[in-house]
Amino acid sequence: MSGLMIDNISMRFDLPGGGSVQALKNVSLNIKAGELMSVLGPSGCGKTTLLNIVAGFLAPTEGQIRLGENVVHGPGPERGMVFQQGALFEWMNVRDNVSFGPDMKGVSRKQSGPKVDHLLEVVGLQDFKEKAIYELSGGMQQRVALARCLANEPDVILMDEPLGALDALTREKMQSLVLDLWKETGKTIILITHSVEEALLLGERLLVMAPRPGRIHKEYNLPFADLGVGNDLRDVKRHADFSITREEILGMIWEMEEEIMGRTEAAQ
Amino acid sequence: MTGLLLLSIYVAAFFLCFFVSRFAVQKLFTKKDFTSLKTVTFGDESAVQANRAASVLSVVLVFLLWVAFTNSILPLPKATGPFVGEVQFTYTSTGPEGQTDDATVKILVYPEDIQFYKDTAGNPMAIPPKPATDPGDGFAKNDSLVVPRYGSKVINVLGNDEITKRGGAKVTHLNGQAVAFGGSVDISGGSLSLTEKGTPFFVPSPGLRMARLYLPAPELTLSRFLQLNAEGYRNFTLLEHTWASLQRVVLGFLFGTLIGVPLGYAMGLTNWSRGWFDPIVEFMRPVPPLALIPLMIIWFGIGEQSKIILLFLAALWIMAIAARSGVSGVAIAKVHAAYSLGASKSQILRKVIVPNSLPEIFTGARVAMGVCWGTVVAAELVAAEKGLGMMIMVASKFQLTDIVIVGIILIGIIGFLIDVGIRWLERIFVPWKGKI
Repeated sequence: MSGLMIDNISMRFDLPGGGSVQALKNVSLNIKAGELMSVLGPSGCGKTTLLNIVAGFLAPTEGQIRLGENVVHGPGPERGMVFQQGALFEWMNVRDNVSFGPDMKGVSRKQSGPKVDHLLEVVGLQDFKEKAIYELSGGMQQRVALARCLANEPDVILMDEPLGALDALTREKMQSLVLDLWKETGKTIILITHSVEEALLLGERLLVMAPRPGRIHKEYNLPFADLGVGNDLRDVKRHADFSITREEILGMIWEMEEEIMGRTEAAQ
Repeated sequence: MTGLLLLSIYVAAFFLCFFVSRFAVQKLFTKKDFTSLKTVTFGDESAVQANRAASVLSVVLVFLLWVAFTNSILPLPKATGPFVGEVQFTYTSTGPEGQTDDATVKILVYPEDIQFYKDTAGNPMAIPPKPATDPGDGFAKNDSLVVPRYGSKVINVLGNDEITKRGGAKVTHLNGQAVAFGGSVDISGGSLSLTEKGTPFFVPSPGLRMARLYLPAPELTLSRFLQLNAEGYRNFTLLEHTWASLQRVVLGFLFGTLIGVPLGYAMGLTNWSRGWFDPIVEFMRPVPPLALIPLMIIWFGIGEQSKIILLFLAALWIMAIAARSGVSGVAIAKVHAAYSLGASKSQILRKVIVPNSLPEIFTGARVAMGVCWGTVVAAELVAAEKGLGMMIMVASKFQLTDIVIVGIILIGIIGFLIDVGIRWLERIFVPWKGKI
């Protein structure tokens, strides 16, 4: 497995009504193999754009993404993606969704079957293999999405607010699940979230981005992800440093949001 | 007038049935499912379920109205019928010297469709003879005549008199009442008046029921259906007529789908195709297929080919637009997910875009089938040997309204069955519809 290099990415595009947007400016990052990095930032700071560039859905106007030796030019199976919701295939049952990646590669069901079964067991859906997607709850659907991504054995997993649509309790359980899966599989994970708490709990590294133009504002190295593996996340939250860092980041984002609001009001 | 009466009866029956079922027999229809516990149903579309009792009543009501307003023999409530039987009146002729004389006119009103009935010997019945009458005395002679119901007759009563109109006689009284030219008197069984030129004019009362020519009674329609089924119409059995129409629809629809769906996918998937086909599709879409019939006949003749091409064109644009909106309805996250799971473009098309666009395509198919079925009937109006549309058209030329009605009912039932069939297929192929 190899690390992910985000090398001086800029992204700028024209608007239909004239003018242009600088969505990202000179973003550079080096993510080591097996790292879990969470990305935070106010809305409009370009974090989803950055993720889409890493996934290969968007092309940067400057810079490049390298996974190991390979430059990223488009989407690929070595960079798996977990979406907020609605990315499962309703016309397939749970098992078919999870084995979609191996199926596309032409791996026979006989070969991929044990792995798929194992993953479904890991995410606790072994009894729901034949169920249709629309029969599952939101939390279960996200577990299917995780299993589907893992079944394809990507080097990097990109998560775009994967738990954003879940209720608080389910979300907490899923956070534990993500941590456990990360430790078990050793995958590189980039996790975008709106929740400061989630970013702190899950991120080994935490990136705070600033808007207009989208850029890296501050970076943290955090101990909480390692503390949380296999433990009760609520204990981690009671850690003294946890609330200090949380308040610091919240204040930072709050300030940025205020600034955006002020700017928008001034523009009006 | 009859139409307004029918409409008001219908509206009244709608509300009457509603209140009766609501306050009297509602318990029969009450369900105990979850929806029944919703208190807000007005405005919540999902809580509105078709009341099957209302559906049954609605069909029964149409049938009852059909019986009531035709000369049906079924023992059900009837509207006032047309007058049939004998009626007579007297007229007074006044001669040139002021002399007067009375004479009687006997009128026999017979059913206008009498030739459709058989007598005891099995022969079609004929128009009855004039009622027997003797000329009577005086210079005005008695008359007799026959009139069909729903008909009318100007009665030249003076024609057989000793003093005719040319001789200076004129009709001054009807039934003893003095009547001016253009005036009228009341008479049982119809209306009697003098024309502007002074000739008695009799119109037997038509009642509220419709004549066989306009709307045949249900039992007549049924017996015509049975007869058509047994003997066929115009050298082809009813099944062949139905099959001919159905075949055209299915072929036109299939070709339209085979070309239209890939066309729609192409428009949904590539810039060039969308730009290329957009003007054509947007231009052809609002053109009603019926407007193309003359062109189809000029280009492809009056045979089967032109009809199927017409139906193909009717289905094509609908299916293309349905497929295009099916593609645009794919959540981008699904496509992204499939790409990052390593799917190729052709795999994306087969595994993501096609299944995801199925609901739209099925909706399009229902619309297209409806339009094709409507168009085929019109297409057969021109030079077809068989088909339900041809059957209706030819029958109407011979004033065989019962065949027209049989055709209309068959077209309706088959169209309905096609729709039910497509919805059934949809439930099988798109079980997730409406559940996400």
